[in-house]
Amino acid sequence: MVPLSWYLILSAILFCLGVFGFLLKRNIITIFMSIELMLNAVNLTFVAFANYWSEHGLKLALSGHVFVFFVMVVAAAEAAVGLAIIIAVFRTRETLNVDRVNLLKL
Amino acid sequence: MDIKIYLLVSVIKILLVIFILLTGVAYTTLLERKLVARIQNRWGPTRVGPFGLLQPLADGIKFILKEDMVPDNVHKVLYIMAPMLALAMSLISIAVIPFGPSITVAGHTTALQITGVAHPDGSLSDINIGLLIILGATSIGVYGVALAGWSSNSKYSLLGALRASAQMISYELALGLSLVGVLLLSSTLSLRGIVDAQAQPPWFGWLPHWYIFPQFFAFFVYLMAAYAETNRIPFDLPEAETELVAGYHTEYSAMKFAMFFMAEYMNMITVACLATLLFFGGWHGPVPQNAPAIVQSLLPVFWFAVKVFFFMFLYIWIRGTLPRFRYDQLMAFGWKFLLPLAIANIVITSLIVAWRA
Amino acid sequence: MVHEILFIIFGLICVAGAVNLLVQRHPIHSALSLVLVMASLALIYLLLGAEFVAAIQVIVYAGAIMVLFVFVIMLLNAGAEEHSPGSKIALLMGVPGVIVFGCLVGWIMIHTSTQLGGVRINPSDFGDTHNIARLLFRDFLLPFEITSVLILIAIMGAVVLGRRQN
Repeated sequence: MVPLSWYLILSAILFCLGVFGFLLKRNIITIFMSIELMLNAVNLTFVAFANYWSEHGLKLALSGHVFVFFVMVVAAAEAAVGLAIIIAVFRTRETLNVDRVNLLKL
Repeated sequence: MDIKIYLLVSVIKILLVIFILLTGVAYTTLLERKLVARIQNRWGPTRVGPFGLLQPLADGIKFILKEDMVPDNVHKVLYIMAPMLALAMSLISIAVIPFGPSITVAGHTTALQITGVAHPDGSLSDINIGLLIILGATSIGVYGVALAGWSSNSKYSLLGALRASAQMISYELALGLSLVGVLLLSSTLSLRGIVDAQAQPPWFGWLPHWYIFPQFFAFFVYLMAAYAETNRIPFDLPEAETELVAGYHTEYSAMKFAMFFMAEYMNMITVACLATLLFFGGWHGPVPQNAPAIVQSLLPVFWFAVKVFFFMFLYIWIRGTLPRFRYDQLMAFGWKFLLPLAIANIVITSLIVAWRA
Repeated sequence: MVHEILFIIFGLICVAGAVNLLVQRHPIHSALSLVLVMASLALIYLLLGAEFVAAIQVIVYAGAIMVLFVFVIMLLNAGAEEHSPGSKIALLMGVPGVIVFGCLVGWIMIHTSTQLGGVRINPSDFGDTHNIARLLFRDFLLPFEITSVLILIAIMGAVVLGRRQN
């Protein structure tokens, strides 16, 4: 029997690694992927607690899974629009380094 | 069942299925060459063995003995990993396909499916989400194509890979939506459950209760989307010889090319198996009731093989007959025709199912 | 016993993939490490009894969203990352902040470990597609319709933003 807290600690580790990637990396696509890593960590927490509540008899315990579904949909929409923006930025600035894109002037 | 016996039976099933599948892939290549040749009014391979039956053996020996070279500026890790990924995803799809009902050997009953179990009371169960696993394997298979083209460090490969993967992910939508019509009728995602749902008494007394009859448009969309997913004519622009040299597998030779080749034919066989399971009633066929038990277990597998062979024949027949789509025609066909048709099919089917209930 | 071993194996693969995402210089390696993280997360969802969520994690997240990432990296021909000085404030306040947050969460988890109980693999139809569908189309129907409008808006936005300006 695996304690539930192990799943939550794994989710916390993944979330912290995602924040590290967001702060430390300089490539804009890698920063975006760290955001996706954070969203995945949150999904793991949702699913772990859905399992917890189903064992403790909450009627809508499966709403954890439904929330994960919605998070995935939002992540997909955000990835599509975000990558389109990145492509548009790349076309004008010719660079993917986030420190070169810090002025409105080209 | 005891864990050791379960492991032994599973290993035997895996080895048997892989052996039969690899032989099937090899002889599908021979079947294709001979059928396309006959359509084009020539013989096809006839010299190696009687009627050219040993040609796949010769091809296999050639692939193994050829020099397996790795070009200089390729991205080594991805270059070697991409064909393995494509092959692995094809094999995962085969693992959830049921070939027939259960079989009893030496007192042990097991389901004729790698991931199926037989319970002591005789009922069979398999993975609840078998169809979604096949869709997932198809989705991950796109990586094999994309990474192969990118890691080859050549513009033909990259363009071919981007076109091929764009085509594959566009038609995945139509593929998934075309299957929803069948799911509405069978109300289960497990492949064995879908086949069992088609075991009902025939319509009008003689028409078998197969899902192709109510879901004809879904079958058409599925077939077109599956041809595009497996990159076969009329959708094989990304790997046509006259277009981009050889597309994403330009820089591959010998064993790695053989892996791509096998993955493509295994995908064809998976598509054919899925079409028979979902639309043609799987392994249902006339089985005489007074036959010995082993014949009663294996005759459904024979019917399954007959239906799969019909689909392979259809694949090869269309390959020999039709020209290929241009790329913009291909994308327009997938997005503007197949996708709305699949959605309309879902709407009409759900209205009819809700009306009946 | 088997449950613990499976969780530890897949958990280690997840963390190794996430660390690899940070350590690698070329974005394509980071993208493939993220695909590995998502695949092992799908297997961990299976350990938690969430079969439908595991399937759509593979189909949607690893099979569609990450393919989009890999496409963009290939199209833009992104080279290896160059070293440029980042924001000092982010490093000075962010990194210790995250470490403190992580340790705090870990400490809380370890101390409430007995109250939370454990996860058992038991055969039930908990994460079954039927139950999720019942919940999604009855109790959560309005959010479902709103997300479909959201996807439509995202499609229009991506098409408009990705077009060439001529």
